[in-house]
Amino acid sequence: MKNLIQFFIRFHFLILFIIIESGSLAIAFQYNQYQKAGVVTLVQNISGYYHSKVFSIAEYLNLRETNQQLANENVRLNNILQQAYRSDDIFFYKQEDTLNRQRFYLTSAKIINNSVNKKHNFLTLNKGTEQGLKPDMAIISSNGIVGVIYDVSKYYSTVISLLNTNLKISSKLLKNNYFGSLEWDGKDYRHAILNEIPYHVSVERGDTIVTSGYSAIFPEGIMIGTIEDFKIKGGNFYEINVALSTDFKHLTHVSAVSNLKKEGQKNLENIFPDD
Amino acid sequence: MINLLLRNIARFIVLVLLQVLIIDNIQFSEFVNPFIYVLFILLLPFETPGWLLLLSAFLLGFSVDLFEHTPGLHSSASIFMAFLRPLAQKLLSPRDDYEPNTFPRVYYYGFIWFLKYAFILVFMHHVFLFYLEVFTFSNFFMTLLKVILSTLFSLILIMISQYLIYKK
Repeated sequence: MKNLIQFFIRFHFLILFIIIESGSLAIAFQYNQYQKAGVVTLVQNISGYYHSKVFSIAEYLNLRETNQQLANENVRLNNILQQAYRSDDIFFYKQEDTLNRQRFYLTSAKIINNSVNKKHNFLTLNKGTEQGLKPDMAIISSNGIVGVIYDVSKYYSTVISLLNTNLKISSKLLKNNYFGSLEWDGKDYRHAILNEIPYHVSVERGDTIVTSGYSAIFPEGIMIGTIEDFKIKGGNFYEINVALSTDFKHLTHVSAVSNLKKEGQKNLENIFPDD
Repeated sequence: MINLLLRNIARFIVLVLLQVLIIDNIQFSEFVNPFIYVLFILLLPFETPGWLLLLSAFLLGFSVDLFEHTPGLHSSASIFMAFLRPLAQKLLSPRDDYEPNTFPRVYYYGFIWFLKYAFILVFMHHVFLFYLEVFTFSNFFMTLLKVILSTLFSLILIMISQYLIYKK
């Protein structure tokens, strides 16, 4: 106590200075709007910094709990992951929602076998009759056409790839609707040949080729590719080299297109006998 | 003793009135704001006790604040200056210390001594005051220029006052 009093006596000047100075500064910050705003900003900056530091420390201390939460979350997510189920689900996404007008519906499928280096390439899908796939359904990917279903078993189906010299697809020039027949020449998995476009039609490099929709297999307007170059073959037709938009080397997920009105169209067309 | 007290009170009143009625109304320039009222703190006797020094400085600054509508600004600057006064006196003390019955004035200790003494304290007062007034370091050199020019003018006025009332 004695020491304390001595301390106060000894430093009374400094202590008094601090008291009066802080009092008058308090007055200054209280009654001058500008300084007041400055102090408020300063204090907010300091406390913001302090709180962010404290928060980061608290975050560190809570790591064990957070890890546990994340592990639980991981388990939960793994449980609802697709691999945890038998892969036999069917996704429908309707192209047109009205029941009677819907012409095509799509079923997603995964490619489980694929080749690009043979003359007759086939793909295998992980879905079959059980999931509603039938022969002659079109297979498309998000980039463009892939092929046509050739045969189906209960859980699998084989697809004639576009990269198969036996497959011909009715296709047309998007800009003027002249149609021809697209087939693969068996050389390069990124190119196919479009024939039967008449000589008088103006074609240019970069023109888009899409499906014509005449075949009752492919819907109209599915992307096939763009014209890379062209030459006149023999008589009155172009031979157009098309750069395919689908990259067959890294296809994984495709959609099978089923044409709900196919029977009607076929029956009607069969009334006229073939020549 | 009573005489000394009365003289200081009179000086207090005169300096505050001189400051707020005359000097504050002269528009020198935006960079020049001399504050002559601090002369009161400079001229307090050597023997003034610390608490009285601080309290009188506070009263002085507060009086000026009342007239200038800047509560706390001049008070805190004056207190700061009063706080530094013993340090400045110690720094500038003559070899055989300050004589008894003398005052910190040109008359007793000469022009150079008083100029140094006044410069240190007035400069610190102005630094404190102007930076507290703008309350930012963003225009640091602008404010510093203001401090230097104002200190210069305050010093000129203070030195002149020493010769107007030379003796005491």
